[in-house]
Amino acid sequence: MRQIVILGAGTAGTMMANKLYKSLNSGEWRITVVDQHKTHYYQPGFLFIPFGIYKKEDVIKPKADFIPSGVNLIFSSIDRIEANSNKVFLEGGKVLNYDYLIIASGTKTCPEETPGMKDKLWYKEIFDFYTIDGALALQNFFKYWEGGKLVMAITELPYKCPVAPLEFVFLADAYFTEKGIRDKVDITYVTPMSGAFTKPIATKMLSELLKEKNIKVVPDFYIEHIDNDEKKIVSYDNQEIDFDVLTIVPMNMGDKMIERSGLGDDMNFVPTNKETLRSDAFENIFVLGDASNIPTSKAGSVAHFAAEILFENLMSAIEGRPLYAKFDGHANCYIETGFGKGALIDFNYTTEPLPGTFPLPGIGPFGLLENTKMNHYGKVMFRWIYWHILLKGKELPVEPLMSMAGKKTVN
Amino acid sequence: MAQKTYSGKTLEVTNEGYLVNQADWSKEVAADMAKEIGMELTPKHYEVLEYLRKENATGIPLTIRKVGKSGIVDIKGLYDLFPGGPLKFSSKLAGIPKPVSCV
Ligand SMILES: Cc1cc2nc3c(=O)[nH]c(=O)nc-3n(C[C@H](O)[C@H](O)[C@H](O)COP(=O)(O)OP(=O)(O)OC[C@H]3O[C@@H](n4cnc5c(N)ncnc54)[C@H](O)[C@@H]3O)c2cc1C
Repeated sequence: MRQIVILGAGTAGTMMANKLYKSLNSGEWRITVVDQHKTHYYQPGFLFIPFGIYKKEDVIKPKADFIPSGVNLIFSSIDRIEANSNKVFLEGGKVLNYDYLIIASGTKTCPEETPGMKDKLWYKEIFDFYTIDGALALQNFFKYWEGGKLVMAITELPYKCPVAPLEFVFLADAYFTEKGIRDKVDITYVTPMSGAFTKPIATKMLSELLKEKNIKVVPDFYIEHIDNDEKKIVSYDNQEIDFDVLTIVPMNMGDKMIERSGLGDDMNFVPTNKETLRSDAFENIFVLGDASNIPTSKAGSVAHFAAEILFENLMSAIEGRPLYAKFDGHANCYIETGFGKGALIDFNYTTEPLPGTFPLPGIGPFGLLENTKMNHYGKVMFRWIYWHILLKGKELPVEPLMSMAGKKTVN
Repeated sequence: MAQKTYSGKTLEVTNEGYLVNQADWSKEVAADMAKEIGMELTPKHYEVLEYLRKENATGIPLTIRKVGKSGIVDIKGLYDLFPGGPLKFSSKLAGIPKPVSCV
């Protein structure tokens, strides 16, 4: 029997397990998936928890429900990969041999990397909303907060779902408006980038929206440490910003297991060919989702589009053919903007988000780079699509490679 | 696109002043670009610029953090060398494209 091992049963690993199980002959191939946790979190839902829009129950389901029963699912911590001998060591010493390995171990937040972050104000007045615990703690805090300086800060690039902190401030604006205390809440968005977003046309649209909503933007701010006594963030060039409550995206890094395996870059992301999605170092290792270093968004939608390309290339590799499918970095993100509206961006490695319409057969069109109610429904629908279509590795009515249909070029 | 004269040669630059052709770069070009923004380059500056050029050639996106781990300067040191734009100014002076922080 030949073996395919998938490391991680998050968005990417679950999708891949489903796709492979459907296509590979079960008499010939054994598929094994390993994850340390039994619960699958719908991470895009974390964004809505601080504002009481979602509850914990809305974002969790058992991982096992999404893995076909013919797939060997192991709950265990992964200690390391020994790529030279095609082996994976699990915690406790169990060893898995593989013919092909798919790394889908994602990225996680590392608050301990920034001095003063995981200190005495952690989960008291400093919160992340990239974890279920952080999102719930913040929900509790906001319930009783009477206003002051709310600072949303990003620590380091890259971080998963680059639009999430923007959505956070948009939703905060709406939340405090509805609570009737918006005039007492001062919202500031702090980023190490030169603008609200990295791509110029989207930055323009988003900056206007931020201005309209009276949200201040501080660009080029690279956090060196957090002063818990004075309640301020301090940058490497000694700029300071005071806060009453700080919501933060801690540094995102790949799992330590990647480092122990000697397969990562300086942030434990796996160097991966951005077109074929194969590891740069080993021919029988592919990388899907946030764990790779490909230069596009770390997002579930990207993992979904990339999964189709990875699948094609894995089949080619198995059959000894050259890898012909090429990923273009396609990302498609709904941006929740508050008050029942949303924006949509669709882009890839080379084409930045453009205005226009996004044709979605049967449902769309959605306005690109436009603030509309329809786009908000897109985001709401995304949760249903995530659990019922995305994870199960089914086709969405969206092509994996980006299309220019409906997009307007901007000079 | 625009043109600029550095080190006695007319070179093509982007609208933001980054060299279009990396091969046009030389230490003298860097020194002239630095003068434009009121900077004087020291050997330490050049060490950073050489490092950036070498790293850029590998195709992996550069980050401030990565330069900070290079062993040449730490992050604070990089800010001191290139005030106001540690990665942007240093990339410009190194003759490599404007750093794209991946999204
Ligand atoms: C607040 C927020 C909002 C978001 N919004 C959106 C959105 O609107 N749209 C969108 O497309 N994406 C969004 N995302 C991003 C999306 O959730 C991720 O990109 C996606 O989940 C990545 O999938 P993955 O499989 O690569 O990683 P994950 O889903 O994180 O899975 C990684 C898995 O690997 C396991 N693992 C790692 N290391 C080990 C080990 N050593 N041993 C055992 N198991 C291990 C983990 O337990 C985990 O289950 C959002 C994310 C956040 C945090």
